[in-house]
Amino acid sequence: MASCHGRADAARLASPPAAPAPPRLVALIGPPNSGKTTLFNRLTGLRQKVANFPGVTVEHHIGKAHLPGHHAVDIIDLPGIYSLNPRSEDEQVTHDVLHGAMPGLRRPDGVILVLDSTNLQRHLPLAAAVLSLRLPTLVVLNMADDLRQRGGAVDTEALANQLGAPVVLVSAVTGEGVKSVAQFLTGGIAVPRVVELPVLQDVPACRQWARDVSHGARYTHPAPPLWTRRLDAMFLHPLAGPLVFAFVVAAVFQSIFSWARPMMDAIQAAVAVSGAWMRASLPDGWLESLLVDGAWSGVGAVVVFLPQILLLFLFIAVLEDSGYLARAALIADRTMARVGLQGKSFIPLLSAYACAVPAIMATRTIENRRDRIATILIAPFMTCSARLPVYTLIIAAFIPERPFFGPFLGTRAAALLGLYLLGFLAAIGTAKLLKSSVLRSDRAPFVLEMPPYRMPTLTSIGLRLWDRTLAFLKRAGTVILGVAVLLWILASVPTSNGAPPPIEQSLAGTLGRAVEPLIAPLGFNWKIGIGLITSLAAREVIVGTLGTIYGMDPDHNSAGLQAALQRELTFGGAVALLVFFAFAMQCMSTLAVVRRETGGWKWPAIQFLYMGTLAWVCAWIAHTLLG
Amino acid sequence: MQLGFKAASRKRRAASLAELPAGAEAVIERLDLPEEFAARLMEMGFIPGHRVAAALSAPGGDPRVFRVDGAEVALRRETARHILVRNN
Repeated sequence: MASCHGRADAARLASPPAAPAPPRLVALIGPPNSGKTTLFNRLTGLRQKVANFPGVTVEHHIGKAHLPGHHAVDIIDLPGIYSLNPRSEDEQVTHDVLHGAMPGLRRPDGVILVLDSTNLQRHLPLAAAVLSLRLPTLVVLNMADDLRQRGGAVDTEALANQLGAPVVLVSAVTGEGVKSVAQFLTGGIAVPRVVELPVLQDVPACRQWARDVSHGARYTHPAPPLWTRRLDAMFLHPLAGPLVFAFVVAAVFQSIFSWARPMMDAIQAAVAVSGAWMRASLPDGWLESLLVDGAWSGVGAVVVFLPQILLLFLFIAVLEDSGYLARAALIADRTMARVGLQGKSFIPLLSAYACAVPAIMATRTIENRRDRIATILIAPFMTCSARLPVYTLIIAAFIPERPFFGPFLGTRAAALLGLYLLGFLAAIGTAKLLKSSVLRSDRAPFVLEMPPYRMPTLTSIGLRLWDRTLAFLKRAGTVILGVAVLLWILASVPTSNGAPPPIEQSLAGTLGRAVEPLIAPLGFNWKIGIGLITSLAAREVIVGTLGTIYGMDPDHNSAGLQAALQRELTFGGAVALLVFFAFAMQCMSTLAVVRRETGGWKWPAIQFLYMGTLAWVCAWIAHTLLG
Repeated sequence: MQLGFKAASRKRRAASLAELPAGAEAVIERLDLPEEFAARLMEMGFIPGHRVAAALSAPGGDPRVFRVDGAEVALRRETARHILVRNN
């Protein structure tokens, strides 16, 4: 469609009226909470992917929208912004993309500006900034259903006349008007007609302009959102508010621990059954061993965590889309301020209980760089789901199940809770330490817009969970598969007479022995050493590694993993191992994401050394005290 | 005694947003804050001459939500102290 540049077409193109061609790359921009992403999901569906801009931490989604008449257009969803003055990183990115200054991305040939129709005057100043760019622009007034319901109204034609650009009223949530957005794109959008715009740096002048324009568009401001007021009266109630908050946090934990169990058991069973089937159908030999013992069981041990991670993300997505998360940040702010952080750090730290990687990406909402780095550095102390299999294995092997606190809490659950507390205390202590030394800063201003409560939509939550599933499976298929295969190779060479060597004579055994002097004071032997080396890639890998080691070691062939561990470790050594896992930075993905988010190797290196040293010292203390 | 003194002093000079009781309204006079931060707050609706109302807060009264420009924005007390308002 866009390739018709030939001479034969020249005459046709010149003949009036020449409708502009459909754009090829459209930028979707708008203020936070304008429903921009919902519209993006409506337009692109599953044909979208996440990407990072080079050199900055801002992530964007890019997707393809299929328009009527076999046209396709790439749509890029930019971060929510209040203005185009490049003050925050998000604003800088939007500014650069719209000016064609973003490396690796051509300048968009169209802009869809999404504004919240229920608060037009507030958001019109952004329209002035966008129109002054002289890019073909379509103005979308979102939340049409809300506007009508609350008795507001706007004359879109009058508004279009004043802005010099087409205006459509849509509701991305219900799908109303979304078709006309597609039609506008197909028909081609024009450069806005020249209209009088205010001086953009003069905020009061922009406001006056916005007021005049909305008057001209016969804009009736809708009644205040009644439901939001009612819900806030409960969620921000001095007594009920904190109770609801505690209930929400407890529900998130409960879901990770108990609701995920049946799904995890099902995945575990599926991995075991398919592994057995592979063993039966493959000829005996090294290939069978590599595929079943190396790759399949290694990856399977990790994929088991998918339900937990998805449940946590489901919760976070529902809380965020409904608008409650902003209230949670408000309630948590005072407590977070006590350790030198702020309410916006609460969301990343809560996510870190599932996985530090998305948690660290979630720190992007914190504008103050020092607060943000402090949050990034402490997030991996929160007990992520990858630590769970290690904790459960060792606790089951070393702590007998007895009532601890009446019938409510057994010793094992208490030990697990203690480990969660340990990680939390390490995070708090580290935050205090950082914020009173290298990352000291004036208390960062906390400014947070409270969005109205909205019913989360299935599409947007489904798409986010899909995103997460893909990312997680990609990790299992790359990093974890790689480590599993590498370990299998290390444990299988050098071969003697074509047969794999005893584990202590293998390359893996040699490596384990090499680190033994370093870990012997903690009560760990060389086999645990191999597990510690492989768990540098990802914590949960140690479980599969120990399984492989003891499975391959003829002495332990018949013994279960727990029995083998009971023989290898003293009680003090087991506690030391738990403490080590609570503190040590054993996760390549986290280090990689910290490097990307902090823009260099400095902070990940500091984090790795700090957490490693703390882990060693505390494990040594535990081993020395308990013997 | 003390109450009377407070009311009298409020008439003479502008009070800050931090002193605005929940549910009360006022008009923003000026933002006594660094330029960058003041500009950001203005973009979010804290514009001199505009009305502002104090709404609900986190437990303990800090941070507090303010209704401004048809939206709700939460600020800490230490920020609200630097936003001067007059009763109107």
